[in-house]
Amino acid sequence: MSTRFETTFAKGPALVCFITAGDGDTAANLDALVAGGADVIELGMPFTDPMADGPAIQAANIRALNKGTKTADVLKLATEFRARHPQVPLVLMGYANPMIRRGPEWFAEEASKAGVDGVISVDLAPEEDQDLGPALRDKGISLIRLATPTTDDKRIPAVLKGSSGFLYYVSVAGITGKQQAAMASIEDNVQRIKSHTDLPVAVGFGVRTPEQAAEIAKVADGVVVGSAFIDLVEKHGPDAPQHLKALVEGLAKAVHSARKA
Amino acid sequence: MSEHTPNSYMNQPDERGHFGQFGGRYVAETLMPLILDLEAEYRKAKADPEFKAEFDDLLEHYVGRPSPLYFAPRITEELGGAQVWFKRDELNHTGAHKINNCIGQILLAMRMGKTRIIAETGAGQHGVATATVCARFGLPCTIFMGATDVKRQQPNVFRMKLLGAQVVPVTSGRATLKDAMNEALRDWVANVHDTFYIIGTAAGPHPYPELVRDFQSVIGREARAQMLSRTGRLPDLLVAAIGGGSNAIGLFHPFLDDPEVKMLGVEAAGHGLDGDEHAASLAGGFPGVLHGNKTYLLQDEDGQITEGHSISAGLDYPGIGPEHAWLKESGRVDYTYATDDEALDAFQLLCRTEGIIPALEPSHAIAAIVKVAPTMPKDAIICANLCGRGDKDIFTVAEALGVEM
Ligand SMILES: Cc1ncc(COP(=O)(O)O)c(C=O)c1O
Repeated sequence: MSTRFETTFAKGPALVCFITAGDGDTAANLDALVAGGADVIELGMPFTDPMADGPAIQAANIRALNKGTKTADVLKLATEFRARHPQVPLVLMGYANPMIRRGPEWFAEEASKAGVDGVISVDLAPEEDQDLGPALRDKGISLIRLATPTTDDKRIPAVLKGSSGFLYYVSVAGITGKQQAAMASIEDNVQRIKSHTDLPVAVGFGVRTPEQAAEIAKVADGVVVGSAFIDLVEKHGPDAPQHLKALVEGLAKAVHSARKA
Repeated sequence: MSEHTPNSYMNQPDERGHFGQFGGRYVAETLMPLILDLEAEYRKAKADPEFKAEFDDLLEHYVGRPSPLYFAPRITEELGGAQVWFKRDELNHTGAHKINNCIGQILLAMRMGKTRIIAETGAGQHGVATATVCARFGLPCTIFMGATDVKRQQPNVFRMKLLGAQVVPVTSGRATLKDAMNEALRDWVANVHDTFYIIGTAAGPHPYPELVRDFQSVIGREARAQMLSRTGRLPDLLVAAIGGGSNAIGLFHPFLDDPEVKMLGVEAAGHGLDGDEHAASLAGGFPGVLHGNKTYLLQDEDGQITEGHSISAGLDYPGIGPEHAWLKESGRVDYTYATDDEALDAFQLLCRTEGIIPALEPSHAIAAIVKVAPTMPKDAIICANLCGRGDKDIFTVAEALGVEM
């Protein structure tokens, strides 16, 4: 049986959409993303100290926490998403501490029950895989790792070891929400990574427009967009779903245009 | 120096930077290659006699080491028990132990060809020490400081600016030390190619806890030799205040394999451990991951980090260096705590009895001595780290005592 990731990426370049759980009407926003053509959902687990994030996602984390969002609420959002959208791959993305607080086995078990396909733990380096990797793999959940412009060829095998689902190439050395890297560098780095693995490679950080997404989709298996959605959630509050849907439609069309007919 | 036997307490961390279950390297992938480079470069520097010679020379002629070991007769008499001795690191250039570490790290930065320095600061002591070494070596320097602390610590902000540093007020989170560290990490991720991050305490991703400890261990090495030459024996008890734990590990480490020497680390208990208004991560926290290492953290049941509180801005941090977490679990070092009020009393006691105005951080160590010295015999010896002077704190103390200035 193939996984949701395999089925999705087999269709060609995929649009991966990130929003923070507990910021705005998350369930409605997730539905809008899927309705607009999102292929994979990354649901951010809010954390008090989002060290790798820029101002937009930092603020989303704080808004979510100030509203009282708990780990149980994130898992509930995931469970309900899975019930409404049985086919769409769902990734929980966040920082290590909330994931390991009750022990890795607890988290893996709950994520599995919620129907989560993959987990990204931003500050869990491959060197510290023991803290989460074995528990997730045991439950058949993919640990999705990040590669960056500073990840050289020597290091890529260590990053790939124990990872599955897809690889997330962070195209800029920096935090989320800042400018995009040059296309030439993205293409070179994706090529370089793909020479080491058959896993799909999705590219993110700084992608906001359909034009950027279309360019990246020509050279990668996925395009990740986050801060642009977060900005809409902040700006439009309860009216965010219609705006999200409009943006996703444009992005999805751009990404899917790179699919072979 | 003690023998490093296989059962030594001195051969931590392991090659992956783990102190037992603590420590490690929990950073975003962008930083990992740099952290590995730093480790490789540090290994080379540690084995290089020239590096050591330059470090020692700067400590002697620029910092003013060795710092004196001082027997404090009147506080000893007042407490009526063990002899109280102080390692006078408050006499260092810039007024605290922080400069020992900054000298070591800037030499490393230059070895690695880095041309820009960043650092976080809470009270501003580490910021001032970093700005100082940057001025000394002509490197541009950016200091991240919580906006709340910028307001509380204006004299140190001005000092850093005089020394040529750019001070960036951080408004994210609650705008204190933890948030300053987050922002420094964000800057570092975006500038890894030319930037070196001088971390101010014995925490962060491996190899920082190890290298900060090594640079600060000059405190304990000197104290050990001075104590032996002055009294012919080792102290019975070492005492030091703990924020992230750098002055404490610097004093303790060279004595770890001397079983007759007991050690006491003193955390900041703020308004007391019953509520949330304290910064005692060992006494009131749980193991978790933050700022690159696994250690005891103040956090809620979901792993969200809670804000500490201490009257001492330098102790107001929700974590602690991983080696202390391990030393606590191994039982080699005891840890206790002192409240704001106890530290304020101890602060005044030292002023009155010895003519020394201590920083609020070591005032916590003195508060612990006030409790423990009377329970020890008169021929027992306590050696405490007087790791900072109190000039920076007089406004805070005046306010706490209700004095208008
Ligand atoms: C004088 C002094 N002592 C202690 C500390 C706490 O740090 P650590 O526990 O790393 O020594 C600080 C931090 O600013 C300080 O300025």
